[in-house]
Amino acid sequence: MALTILDPTAEREPIVRQLTDRLATLDGATIGLLDISKPRGNVFLDQLEQRLQALGATTRRYKKPTYTKPAPVDLRHEIARDCTAVIEALAD
Amino acid sequence: MSALPVPTPPDGLIAVVKQDCATCVLVSPVLAALVADGTITNVYVQDDPTFPLELAGSSVLHHDGDLGISFALEIETVPTLVRVVNGTATDRTVGWSHDSWSAYLGSSTRERFADLPEHRPGCGSMSVDVGMAEKLAVRFGRTPLRSRTVELASAEDEMEAMYARGWTDGFPVVPPTAERVLRMLAGTSRSAQEIVAVVPPNLDDCTVEKVAINAVMAGCLPEYLPVVLAAVEAACTQTFNAHGLLATTYFAGPVLVVNGPIARSIGMNSGVNVFGQGNRANSTIGRAVQLVIRNVGGGLPGGVDRATFGNPGKVSFCFAESEQAARAAGWSSLAEERGVPHGRSAVTLFAGEGPRAVVDQKSRTADSLVRSFAACLRSTGHPKLPMGFDAMVAISPEHLRTFAAEHWDRNRFRSELMALLQIPGTELIQGAGGISEGIPVALAGATISKFRPNGLLLTHCGGDAGMFSAIIGGWVSGSEGSEPITKEVTPWL
Repeated sequence: MALTILDPTAEREPIVRQLTDRLATLDGATIGLLDISKPRGNVFLDQLEQRLQALGATTRRYKKPTYTKPAPVDLRHEIARDCTAVIEALAD
Repeated sequence: MSALPVPTPPDGLIAVVKQDCATCVLVSPVLAALVADGTITNVYVQDDPTFPLELAGSSVLHHDGDLGISFALEIETVPTLVRVVNGTATDRTVGWSHDSWSAYLGSSTRERFADLPEHRPGCGSMSVDVGMAEKLAVRFGRTPLRSRTVELASAEDEMEAMYARGWTDGFPVVPPTAERVLRMLAGTSRSAQEIVAVVPPNLDDCTVEKVAINAVMAGCLPEYLPVVLAAVEAACTQTFNAHGLLATTYFAGPVLVVNGPIARSIGMNSGVNVFGQGNRANSTIGRAVQLVIRNVGGGLPGGVDRATFGNPGKVSFCFAESEQAARAAGWSSLAEERGVPHGRSAVTLFAGEGPRAVVDQKSRTADSLVRSFAACLRSTGHPKLPMGFDAMVAISPEHLRTFAAEHWDRNRFRSELMALLQIPGTELIQGAGGISEGIPVALAGATISKFRPNGLLLTHCGGDAGMFSAIIGGWVSGSEGSEPITKEVTPWL
């Protein structure tokens, strides 16, 4: 059974995790494109890549070994280090 | 997680028993007789649903497997007979005695149950077993807790989840379940919702409950809670200025010295490795205070905490004074000197950096030894900066012995020390010694004290062997920075 604990904070922040701030502009941004290894994910990402580049963004392509497991920690660190944002492709 | 409704016990005379109780086994024939004549209308058994055997299969016998009825009737001992009228317990008989049970039977139990002893105390109810009382209080929503609950996902590791939410100081914390927090709250008589302090930097109200949650996380035992509460209260005063202490680029953090009977009763260390690792109370009390500032106050390193270096004591720097040894040497305690009567407990907070050494293995006279202390103290902050910093001096047993042999008490030690720390301005002015740091050149003709009059806090602690003492340098002293503060600890109001 999941553990229930008490909030140790002054409860200013909502419990639900906050989304990271969205990018204000693509200009100069490096966008990671993560293929989760589902079929045709690459087709979707190819289209996205063309559009992002047309808008002035730099893109980098990544691929998870398998869609059944979370991305390996090294891959996540690499994306976090090298990209300003990431788009994960879920396709079939 | 929503609480279950507390069950309503049926009206009539109820017996609550358990099989794992010699007294319950002893009285089971009497129970059967009282059920047979209709006096007892319901029997609740906490453990074995077939007990008492005389009643097995009877519609009167119920298994109180979740202990809901025992909880509702506030049963502490079995067997208990409870009269319930309109869902409310009106009177009860606890344990066994011929006199009280005869009243229910309507005739003397001595005649029908002659082999039973005159009286026999009962056994503890399972509803008040260690840990169970808190579990039931949570299960049935009868707690004073008001904090919102965070339900972790089933695949979430609870330790990792607390790291991920930013609730730890870098070490793992104990998950603050409602049961653990209730047990922690048993360490104080203060109400869970009482406001203890307004915690910087966010200046949020902090209840006893929030302190208890963070004390659980820090690894405290409930008996430490009064010290933690007093320390949180003291830290969050304008006088101590936890806000500035947190925000400063300087090294300092809160240093806690615990005095009085509570230090011994909770097993605090004042001896070997007194500033080091290995004692639960020392390690967790200071940590709890820091977690309150982090979690309730929102004081995060890199956020409002802008320390250039910080120091390892910002995890927890808390110790007790060796009061009995000090007293034997003719020294009062730090708390006594600061106005707390002997025999009372108190915690003193000092804004301090890490400890540094005073090494003197040669001095055998007080006069020589005090000069070593003065020489080492002069470098607090910077040898050319007077009056800006306070210092705490921790005198070891081997060094105290030298002072005690010449009947130097606290006052003598301090006055000799202060006399040695009157420094000619020529040594302190900017440029003196080829060092730009220093006081204005205009003060060259003055003699300036290294410390302000109340700027030295003296404490006796440390292991028996080692001709070393320690200096804990302070932060900006007085109203511009932090004033040391001593707060009495009140275990029970």
